[in-house]
Amino acid sequence: MKKPNESVNQEMADVEIIIGKILQIGVIISAAIMLLGLILLIVTGQTGFSANQYPTDFTEIGKGLMTFKPYSIMMLGIFCLILTPILRVVVSIYSFYKEHDMLYVVITSIVLIILMISFVFGILR
Amino acid sequence: MINYALLMIAIGCFAGIAGAILGLGGGIILTPILTLLMGVDIKYAIGASIVAVIATSSGATIAYLRDEVLNLRVAMFLEIATTLGALSGALLTGVIDPKYLYILFGLLLLFSGYNMIRKLITHTELLHRAKPDRLAAKFRLDSSYYDKQMMKKVDYQVEHIPGGLAVMYGAGIASGLLGIGSGAFKVIAMDTVMKMPLKASTSTSNLMMGVTAAASATVYFFNGSIKPEIAVPLALGILVGATIGSRVMQHLSARVIRMVFVPILLYIGIQMFMKGI
Repeated sequence: MKKPNESVNQEMADVEIIIGKILQIGVIISAAIMLLGLILLIVTGQTGFSANQYPTDFTEIGKGLMTFKPYSIMMLGIFCLILTPILRVVVSIYSFYKEHDMLYVVITSIVLIILMISFVFGILR
Repeated sequence: MINYALLMIAIGCFAGIAGAILGLGGGIILTPILTLLMGVDIKYAIGASIVAVIATSSGATIAYLRDEVLNLRVAMFLEIATTLGALSGALLTGVIDPKYLYILFGLLLLFSGYNMIRKLITHTELLHRAKPDRLAAKFRLDSSYYDKQMMKKVDYQVEHIPGGLAVMYGAGIASGLLGIGSGAFKVIAMDTVMKMPLKASTSTSNLMMGVTAAASATVYFFNGSIKPEIAVPLALGILVGATIGSRVMQHLSARVIRMVFVPILLYIGIQMFMKGI
């Protein structure tokens, strides 16, 4: 018979491996986008914007992406990187749910809700 | 351009290794290097530091999750307090004089530094108790990890949960209001207050600080504090550094990590205290 502690540990191992894999994919994607932008910047020597200017909202970034502007690609990469910790929380909720750990589904969901509130607060401010 | 980018990558790599091993955000290391050595404006240095925290966290967490060093339950449980703290910190801007917070948090860091020195002197890295903590059992926080340096499985118990939550809430306020100390207070809450092993504490801190930073990162992203030419090469270097650091850390002894941690802790503590007076 398994001791209760061992089953907890096995469950955690599964959850952690899923989250780790998805986090890795997220990090690789953001790193690839950032690297592409950086290489384009170095090769072309053009930022795609006038001196000391860089895009800080989605419309500007989106427009720049159409024409492969290095700074737009770089900002997109940074934004993807900022999303990786949030991705981690979302995947955690799903993994805890898969392991039927409802207590931690609730705890992690509360974290996500608080995060979302601060997110909206950050954009509005 | 290419030299500048390579230099930033190298700085990032160094900060990533240190941040991953110590469970610190890297702002402590990066802000002075960027402002004093590279002549970056403080506004952009702070923006770059926030991206750096996330890069360190995400880069290091991949290995810490795979090797099961960190404690995901503790992370998510405490994250409630940290994110709430960060939110109240943001709301309290302009209400509380940051001076008092600098003094309070500075003293807390110095006190923790003293506690850590005592742990070094008395050689008490691991605590073993017979009586389990009621709250820890309820939230299933007790866990274990495989220590690659000692080459054995380390079982540990977690205690003083309310105290840990309080320090975490403070850590959230500090990062939301003052924009600093995202990692240091988390390590203190787990290691000093909740008596978790140091390696479990620093790796769990790594996972948590990215989540806390992500909330405030959007503010910096949209207000133009994040400059791509600085943040991108830095983040790329950090991702490499954090990947290396998260592997190196597991082969270091907790005692060695603590010896590096203590002077940094005291340094930050003194710096914060001085800002308050």
